[in-house]
Amino acid sequence: MYVAVKGGEKAIDHAHNLLARRRRGDTRQAALSVAQIREQMKLAVDRVMTEGSVYDPELAALAVKQASGDLMEAIFLLRAYRTTLPRLAVTSPVNTGDMLVQRRISATFKDVPGGQVLGSTYDYTHRLLDFKLLAEGEAESDVAERASSEEPAAADESVARCPRVLEMLNSEGLIESAKPENEQPGDLTREPLDYPADRATRLQALARGDEGFLLALAYSTQRGYGRNHPFAGEIRQGYVAVEIVPEELGFAIDIGDIELTECEMINQFVGSKDRAPQFTRGYGLGFGQCERKAMAMALVDRSLRAAEFDEERDSPAQNEEFVLSHCDNVESNGFVSHLKLPHYVDFQSELELLRKLRKEFEEHGSNRPAAKTNAATTATEVTS
Amino acid sequence: MNADRHEHVSSEAASPEGYNFAYLDEQTKRMLRRALLKAVAVPGYQVPFGGREMPLPYGWGTGGIQVTAAVIGSDDVLKVIDQGADDTTNAVSIRRFFVTTTGVDTTEKTCDATVIQTRHRIPETPLSEGQILVYQVPIPEPLRFIEPSETETRKMHALQEYGVMHVKLYEDIAHFGHIATAYAYPVKVNGRYVMDPSPIPKFDNPKMHQSPALQLFGAGREKRIYAVPPFTDVESLDFEDYPFEIQSWDHHCDICGASESFLDEVVTDDQGGRLFVCSDTDYCRTRVEAEGVQAVASPAKTQEVLS
Repeated sequence: MYVAVKGGEKAIDHAHNLLARRRRGDTRQAALSVAQIREQMKLAVDRVMTEGSVYDPELAALAVKQASGDLMEAIFLLRAYRTTLPRLAVTSPVNTGDMLVQRRISATFKDVPGGQVLGSTYDYTHRLLDFKLLAEGEAESDVAERASSEEPAAADESVARCPRVLEMLNSEGLIESAKPENEQPGDLTREPLDYPADRATRLQALARGDEGFLLALAYSTQRGYGRNHPFAGEIRQGYVAVEIVPEELGFAIDIGDIELTECEMINQFVGSKDRAPQFTRGYGLGFGQCERKAMAMALVDRSLRAAEFDEERDSPAQNEEFVLSHCDNVESNGFVSHLKLPHYVDFQSELELLRKLRKEFEEHGSNRPAAKTNAATTATEVTS
Repeated sequence: MNADRHEHVSSEAASPEGYNFAYLDEQTKRMLRRALLKAVAVPGYQVPFGGREMPLPYGWGTGGIQVTAAVIGSDDVLKVIDQGADDTTNAVSIRRFFVTTTGVDTTEKTCDATVIQTRHRIPETPLSEGQILVYQVPIPEPLRFIEPSETETRKMHALQEYGVMHVKLYEDIAHFGHIATAYAYPVKVNGRYVMDPSPIPKFDNPKMHQSPALQLFGAGREKRIYAVPPFTDVESLDFEDYPFEIQSWDHHCDICGASESFLDEVVTDDQGGRLFVCSDTDYCRTRVEAEGVQAVASPAKTQEVLS
């Protein structure tokens, strides 16, 4: 008989057992280790860390494994774990200018001090399936060969201390200064979002926001829905030191390095009678290698600053409430998926109403104001 | 909400696997209790709170779970229902969550519970003083579907600018001859705030009025808490010539024969066969167990439903 009356408890247990089996797959295949995921599915791990708001490649890899590779589920797992963590200290702002750069490109200048460093990127690969990877135990020799054939010992080569491209423009006054916000930035995982939000809070929400959603919004600005003329001023990815200043010590101590991707966009200039025209900025930052996310974030950040520059605001990407209320995929995924939960009672209420309306319609014929076809929407919009 | 009830709550009473009693840490519970106190002090007002990410998905009761976690103590008896039933999968899941993290006793009997977490229903059995009813709320803002912007709706509440809500209800009457809202039917609390009663059927609205129980509402994703203290006026919006009315059925419950309870319709075959059963499973079972109640359905059908 139907689950709602009896059997919910048993059904859940069975579903969990089945899930565990499906997650493992065919047992004749070796089980994936968390270390393998961490090392060989780095970009998935990086995305889970960024949107999960926890820098821990091992836990992120564990989440990916537990979620059978469903990254949103993995992000959710990591977020739920994050809630339970105590806040031990607040770090000093990281200085990405001191980054040990592994990749650094600028689309605005042919060459920049410190040079263009391509690093590891899919950008110029031809998207041809590499059938060699199909072969079991992937040709280790091939990988070794590639490493040795390169002149500098490739992978671990980093360039220290590249001056930031936007600072070079800044020294000429061509671009607005990145205004340091003096006050402690808020924490939207502790305090509810309040509109209008300050830029730091917006950036926090965007950093946690869904890559796909932000990408689509960013794309929409490029297609004219809130255009803001972007140039990729600089994209850099590498390691930065994290420091805390314990009260007992009174000076900063280095507690480790984290890998970050940062994107600084140069956007359309603004000026007025009293102010010389200047370029404006959009900013994006995320954990690990997350260039797509960082770029999308920078474009959306700039769009959301429309009010600051007194620009017309008529596109979704410029609407703070629209973007910030909908960019979190743990929230959106939860609310969309809750439609799977039983709604018998609400539906029954609708059925009862609809039957009544139809009965009256038949009884009164055309005298009664006609029930419009949007009946269902009027009544169901409150559904949940 | 009883201070004495919470003296038992401490990290020593910790549950398995290193989690605090009722999952949330004490600082978080304190934040929640402050929000709850404010909510009780200003009935129907939506208090923003620092909603946490819970190990259950948003939209599946995280607001209600946080409220329950903030008020539950080790001597509480918990009942969890979804659509009026104790055995719906999400109710089972939430009840298990609290059993694991608090070890409290649970019950299916409405009268035995001190805390009842619910989704979409108010139990048929009248609640009594000292009981707490915790509602899971998806969209706390009753004006949201008229005005999507939070900045605007907060202003509207501050100015008691509720005319648009009556216009919406009036438009329903103009289109359909009735107010076409069957659930999540807006109410005015204590003569001040228009409030979303959560998606309970309007059938349940009258139960909120002057209820001796404390009613708490938690919206996790939207990070809002609101409350109706015991013995508070809760009035469903209506018009003099179109007074508020609740649903009624031409049927009785096919299991217990109840004529006064909210009935779920169960499709029994593809030939138009239908059964009507109480949505509140505890109410239904209590009636069956009590003497003198005869099932009105044919024995075969009843057997099928109960199996």
